[in-house]
Amino acid sequence: MKTRTSLLAVALLATTAAGASAETLRWARAGDSLTLDPHAQNEGPTHTLAHQIYEPLIIRDMSGQFQAALATDWAPSPDDPNVWVFNLRQGVKYHDGADFTAEDVVFSINRAKSENSDMKELLTSIVEVRAAGDHTVEIVTDGPNPILSSNLTNLFMMDSGWAEANGAVDVQDIEGGETTFASTNTNGTGPYKLVSREPDVRTVLTQNENYWGAGQFPLAVTEIIYTPIQNAATRVAALLSGEVDFIQDVPVQDLERVASTDGLVVKTAPQNRVIFFGMNQGADDLVNDDVEGANPLADVRVRRAINMAINRDAIKQVVMRGQSQPAGMIAPPFVNGWTAEMDASSMTDVEAAQALMAEAGYEDGFSIQLDCPNDRYINDEAICQATVGMLAQIGITVNLDAKPKAQHFPLITNDQTDFYMLGWGVPTYDSEYIFNFLVHTRGSERGSWNGTGYSNADVDAMIQSLASETDLEARNATIQAIWDHVQDDQLYIPIHHQVLNWGMSDAVGIEVSPEDDPKMKFFTMN
Amino acid sequence: MTHGTATRTRTQRLRSIWHSDFVYSFRHAPVAVASATVVLLMVLAAVFAPLIAPFDPFNPATLNLMNGFTPPMEPNAFTGESFWLGTDDQGRDVFSTILYGMRISLFVGFSAVMLALVLGVVLGLLAGYLGGWTETIIMRVADVQLTFPAILVAMLIFGIAKGITPPEYRDQMAIWVLILAIGLSDWVQFARVVRGATLVEKNKEYVQAARLIGRAPLAIMLRHILPNVLNPVLVIATISLALAIIAEATLSFLGVGAPPTQPSLGTLIRIGQGFLFSGEWWILLFPAATLLTLALSVNLLGDWLRDALNPRLR
Repeated sequence: MKTRTSLLAVALLATTAAGASAETLRWARAGDSLTLDPHAQNEGPTHTLAHQIYEPLIIRDMSGQFQAALATDWAPSPDDPNVWVFNLRQGVKYHDGADFTAEDVVFSINRAKSENSDMKELLTSIVEVRAAGDHTVEIVTDGPNPILSSNLTNLFMMDSGWAEANGAVDVQDIEGGETTFASTNTNGTGPYKLVSREPDVRTVLTQNENYWGAGQFPLAVTEIIYTPIQNAATRVAALLSGEVDFIQDVPVQDLERVASTDGLVVKTAPQNRVIFFGMNQGADDLVNDDVEGANPLADVRVRRAINMAINRDAIKQVVMRGQSQPAGMIAPPFVNGWTAEMDASSMTDVEAAQALMAEAGYEDGFSIQLDCPNDRYINDEAICQATVGMLAQIGITVNLDAKPKAQHFPLITNDQTDFYMLGWGVPTYDSEYIFNFLVHTRGSERGSWNGTGYSNADVDAMIQSLASETDLEARNATIQAIWDHVQDDQLYIPIHHQVLNWGMSDAVGIEVSPEDDPKMKFFTMN
Repeated sequence: MTHGTATRTRTQRLRSIWHSDFVYSFRHAPVAVASATVVLLMVLAAVFAPLIAPFDPFNPATLNLMNGFTPPMEPNAFTGESFWLGTDDQGRDVFSTILYGMRISLFVGFSAVMLALVLGVVLGLLAGYLGGWTETIIMRVADVQLTFPAILVAMLIFGIAKGITPPEYRDQMAIWVLILAIGLSDWVQFARVVRGATLVEKNKEYVQAARLIGRAPLAIMLRHILPNVLNPVLVIATISLALAIIAEATLSFLGVGAPPTQPSLGTLIRIGQGFLFSGEWWILLFPAATLLTLALSVNLLGDWLRDALNPRLR
């Protein structure tokens, strides 16, 4: 009898132990990561998945604060103001067992500065990266760069030996439709290892049992099953039925329904992301319009008219159900350089817009194609549809072409769209990031997401000066001067700042991060 | 005198039609009468949509986004406007959009069936009458196509056509591409039935007689065989119409059919499906009910037609 009881106790213990050690987080959002190559796409969902597998030197925790990751500490060199010294964490191993060393940091940063990398704009100030010992790295910049550390929070470290052995030294050319070993396989130092992946269907990760942060982070999730669900109703249904535990984008119409369901919670926070339209003003003639031999968008009056025709309050009230903050500039309020005056959204004035159109010689309007993603931003397609109606009121006939982001983004980076929707988050919390990607003339180092064809040598010079300006006041003055150009030239049509709504089972414990990048090692599970 | 004879003849003719087996069976099938009435009403409503509909939902300049999500028969909270069946997420009047959407659904349905019918009947006649290699090639192609679900074939054709049309014409072309896609995915059953019937007919005496007096094969196919195989074709065409309407709705529901700025019934259902959990039921329910009624009525009509034209069931 006694033996039987103890046997039972052992059995019970075994069950509870097993139950506690296996916590699966079933995670869904509208779109999938575009690639597993950590340097090929500077894009939110792509980085979010990569953060589970790979690690940068420094990360931002769930509240946006810097936290040591693969570097333990970092400081400008006492000998040379142009040099940053990073001390690396010791004893860290990649998933395949290889050691993480200074050589990998040199390799990874150089890789991220190479031809096909989409991370180049973050690293323009870096001249040289050198290993000063096995676990010390020196980063040399062209002039002192006080904000270098904030440019490294999404810069993932790869194993140089693994990359060389598998032909993954070069960054995948996503726009050229290339697939490489690194775009389908991973070897990071991160808390989770890739088990299987079927793009756009399902990605399974399991906990890295040799993770250096064991004991420092909750690491309550032992397995992650990530399923992109594009259709909003299907996504909500999956959460309501308990098929998934966590969705990153609760549709605004379903917030109440999810929040009022037993066992589910919605957590809301403003996101560090602005949604806007870009217009190709650099081309001599647009491809998909009906104006021959001229580009109507090259006329700033037309761009202003479009800006005035858009009723941001209506979009907020009806399309977003109050879950957005109308914008007047393409920087979120989190960002250095943002001002309330610039962001005070421009007033809707259809009559003035019509007058501007007439002044520009387009009183009869014209037709144009609007390219729009349908699985990236909150209600992206519905916003574009509403825009079609608003622009019709000033005579612009808009043909809407909405498609998944995997097909939409290459249009922007390859100069194949006249009029497009884009959203921009600012992980560095500084305007320079926006300027480098979206305002600077498109070139080999900067401007990769500037689909507008805008090119202004003065503005370019000012943008380039930002990286090495140490006098913060002078730097901020330059930032303001650049913003004045962007606003006066109506480079973009800002729509709104997004508000994040994460829906989850109440067993999941996490707060919303303004970057919309849940890092599962911080999650607790009850 | 002549006038009187003509009148009498016309009256007699009308009376003889009224008393014919076909019309008699129609008059005595209440389901057929009811579904025919519904179909007729819907076709009329679709044809005269611009006259009946209070708004033009395809003209984006007339839309006011603030009217979005207005419930049926209730004034909008912002604008105070009221709509019979409410509005959708873009402020479009659901009633007007259904009428216009039904127009697209019916137009695409009819045109696609006509395309499939002409293609299927011609190929079926050729296969059945000529036999040999012609028959082998046509019927094997048909067999291969039958192994794929029609909706997949339609999606494939739609994808290819969309890829080769220039973007600025895509919206205008969408409807024609839909017709082509559904029509091409649906010809097989016409071809199979016509071939089968032709095989039976071509050995009958009247065909042999026509051949003996030296009529050309084409004339024999069109003038002699075709009229005798038309009954089953008519039945398939009616049932195909219901299927084509549903196929169009399916494609549009999947987002590959009618553009969102010119919604058909399927597009409307796709839009409405996103608002089911949040209680805006009218965006989905009314278009779905319309589609159901339309497809059901056409189907019932087809059922009756099959029975009425089948000599064994008479």
